Amino acid sequence: MTAVPSISLTAPGALVAAVFTPWIAGGIALLIAFFASYLTALSWADLTFVLPATALGNVIVALLSKFWLHEAISLERWAGIALITLGVSFVAQGPSLTQRPAPIADPTELEESAVDEVQSR
Amino acid sequence: MTAPLPIAPLAAPSPWVAAAMIAAVVLTSTTGEVLTAAAMKSIGDLDVIRARTGLKGAIRAVATCPLFFAGVFFLAVAFFSLLFALNHLNLSLVAPASASLTLVTNAIAGKVFLKENVDRRRWAAAVLVCIGVYLLAH
Repeated sequence: MTAVPSISLTAPGALVAAVFTPWIAGGIALLIAFFASYLTALSWADLTFVLPATALGNVIVALLSKFWLHEAISLERWAGIALITLGVSFVAQGPSLTQRPAPIADPTELEESAVDEVQSR
Repeated sequence: MTAPLPIAPLAAPSPWVAAAMIAAVVLTSTTGEVLTAAAMKSIGDLDVIRARTGLKGAIRAVATCPLFFAGVFFLAVAFFSLLFALNHLNLSLVAPASASLTLVTNAIAGKVFLKENVDRRRWAAAVLVCIGVYLLAH
């Protein structure tokens, strides 16, 4: 965004044009891909499993800024990276989805349906 | 030298107002996350749906779920309340506070509202990642 000339509210057309700048378009495409994968993960895993796991993104950002952008990482931030990695490894060892009893296993339902079947005969 | 800003900087809000702004971000984003998660659980495994009806079918399954839009609405409100908070408070306060508190409130909300099995492992993970995100974003 800093590469784009500053945008004022009096010319909102510039904001629309900015969307088609290659870097911003790429960023939007990746954000859409993130949301699609996030929703897919939520469809088969618990929120309390998925959310700590996505925090690993913070670690990747920190490591990318060190090795790609050559930014310095303070001791405090290394500690943060270690804690997130440890936390994610904790949650990843457990089951991804809370097991719930299947509805068919409810004996009262089975009885009722059996009664209905007998009555309909 | 850059030109001075045309508007005077806002007075720093009191700690209570600052806490209320961060609380608004945390509560709205937790509500959004829980609603979105509930919506995706009600839809079912998207990989299975995509295998059966293709990508279009999977998109249709999500786009026809009212609960999903309720979740996205609250996530959007959370985003704008984050922008509002950033307008009045320092980034170095808002970013770590909201990002790390959201993890803990989500663990509580996941247990209470989604009836997820938040065992000791998940509590430990929520707290460790919470502190870690705070340290990274600070």
